[in-house]
Amino acid sequence: MLKYLIKRIFQMIAVLFAVSLIVFFVMSFTGDPVLMIVPPTATDAQIAEARVALGLDQPLWVQYRVFLGNLLRGDLGVSYIFKRPALTLIVERMPATLELVFFSILISLAVALPCGVFAGAWPNNPLSRIIMGGSLLGISLPSFWLGILFIFYFAVEKGLLPSSGRGETATLFGIPFAFLTRDGFRHIILPAVTLAMGTLAMLIRLIRAQIMEVMRQDFIKFARAKGVSWKNLLFRHALKNALVPVVTVFGIQIGTLIAFATVTETIFAWPGMGKLLVDSINTSDRPIIVAYLMIVAAMFVFINFMVDIVYTLIDPRIDLR
Amino acid sequence: MAEYLLEVKNLKTCFELFRGTVKAVDGVDFTLKEGEILGIVGESGGGKSVTGFSLLGLIDLPGRISGGEVFFRGEDLLKKSEEEMRRIRGKEISMIFQDPMTSLNPLQTIGSQIDEMLALHTDLSSAERKQRILDLLTEVGIPNPADRINNYPHQFSGGMRQRVVIAIALAVNPRLIIADEPTTALDVTVQAQILKLMENLVHKFGSALILITHDLAVVSEMTHRVAVMYCGKIVEEGPTKDLIANPHHPYTKGLLESIPKMAGARTPRLPQISGMVPSLFDLPKGCSFAPRCSRATERCLQDVPEMRLLSPGRKAACYHPAGMAEEGEGHE
Repeated sequence: MLKYLIKRIFQMIAVLFAVSLIVFFVMSFTGDPVLMIVPPTATDAQIAEARVALGLDQPLWVQYRVFLGNLLRGDLGVSYIFKRPALTLIVERMPATLELVFFSILISLAVALPCGVFAGAWPNNPLSRIIMGGSLLGISLPSFWLGILFIFYFAVEKGLLPSSGRGETATLFGIPFAFLTRDGFRHIILPAVTLAMGTLAMLIRLIRAQIMEVMRQDFIKFARAKGVSWKNLLFRHALKNALVPVVTVFGIQIGTLIAFATVTETIFAWPGMGKLLVDSINTSDRPIIVAYLMIVAAMFVFINFMVDIVYTLIDPRIDLR
Repeated sequence: MAEYLLEVKNLKTCFELFRGTVKAVDGVDFTLKEGEILGIVGESGGGKSVTGFSLLGLIDLPGRISGGEVFFRGEDLLKKSEEEMRRIRGKEISMIFQDPMTSLNPLQTIGSQIDEMLALHTDLSSAERKQRILDLLTEVGIPNPADRINNYPHQFSGGMRQRVVIAIALAVNPRLIIADEPTTALDVTVQAQILKLMENLVHKFGSALILITHDLAVVSEMTHRVAVMYCGKIVEEGPTKDLIANPHHPYTKGLLESIPKMAGARTPRLPQISGMVPSLFDLPKGCSFAPRCSRATERCLQDVPEMRLLSPGRKAACYHPAGMAEEGEGHE
């Protein structure tokens, strides 16, 4: 196990190194940041001076070396716009995104598990057909459209829920969270449901397919011959056996949720990392874009690592080597 | 109290499939006394397993039990609700499946799979259950049960897994065990051990046993009585020794003749039953076996023979039974 962990950590570092290369070089082809920073009235001499000051006159590989050296020291550069470290800016926004993603995951699981198991155990039941039809809608509808629809109905027409912002926050461990206040909780509902929809629909379909597969197995019939009740049959015997592929997809989905939060955050003006990214792209704030991509890549890699660990907890036959 | 532990009367189970209705079990009658071992033999697709599952009410759609009665200790199981049946399954009637590789949950330790049975059907405390699990594992011949209790099925060999399955089946002292081809998936060397084990334990626990198999050799070793099934019907039934020594139904005779014999003169070819098992979608009009039977006459192709008493304790469904005192006696 220890050997496996060490191997995996090296793999993760290699992946992140590759990501840093791609991100850095792709970003350096996207326009000249110096022109974005200097005042519009700047003379050519001033522009050249700024270029030297930012180190952008150096060859690309020298720039990369500096970038990598700073990265290893945890320095992802200073935002051109905010004049503050990019990392600090992103970390400040991170709780908002994470809480949004967390609630989306919670909603997805709370709905997808019972629905998926039911539809898998009784595929011919009319309710299962409704669930499956609904999940197809959930997969097909894009989240930006759904978000606008929700705002239109729940916020504009009915006035039930707020449509933008994060509302009041309360601090927990020194970090501000919205869901801790009533107002903040009301703010999180619409964006979280919007964000959850795609993942939820996909999980339902996957869980259903897996449960259907498992229900055909002999050990399910054997458990029934033991006198096991339907509830235990489904949730103790069948679900766990259906879970390995579900966990894989779920892990990827968490990453996707963090990334897709960008769209949802923009629609609901949710002050998270994704909104910061979109704003930074609009202002060509390169250090923030690079820092965001590096952080999201690191999260992705870490989540997938956790998924592999979770496998062994689910299935004793899986041996990590 | 009823005379028999189990009395099956005219049991019918059919599957309504897209191509038509299949009568997998078509009017089966048999009885079983306390502690008795009954063998049900026949080729694949003869309805043996479906009979076993029907007794426990474990027939899933598109199949359904379409008629008959199954009296277990005087009560008709087919009239019971799902919840009542759930309490009978495992506790009163338990089952051993064909393939031990697939009949255990791969993600639960064998200890917890035995424990599940005890927790469902007994009031034992968890410490008592633990002791009972250890006793059961010892009983079925698992070495070092205390070490093995937390192992997963994939850490056991096929024979060992079947021992675990047997331990589960016996866990709460059921009155009846239905074993569906319990040794078919095992190595020949292990088969005999498992059969011997089952025979001993069934005696020791005082359970009755229905042994479903296609292997007449297995049947002849350990059963008291045999019922031979062909195309969803029982075609011959009787005490094992008699029936093997002197089969009346041509199908039983054919089955017995097709077992290779180690002793005696070698026959140039192994006798076999000619033809194939007819499709259950399209059974012949008269006796299902008639198209493959050397003794068949015009009548066999027209009418379905009923089970009738041919000699004391011996029944067969045939108009022209073999092995009677003098040939032709079978005609009424």
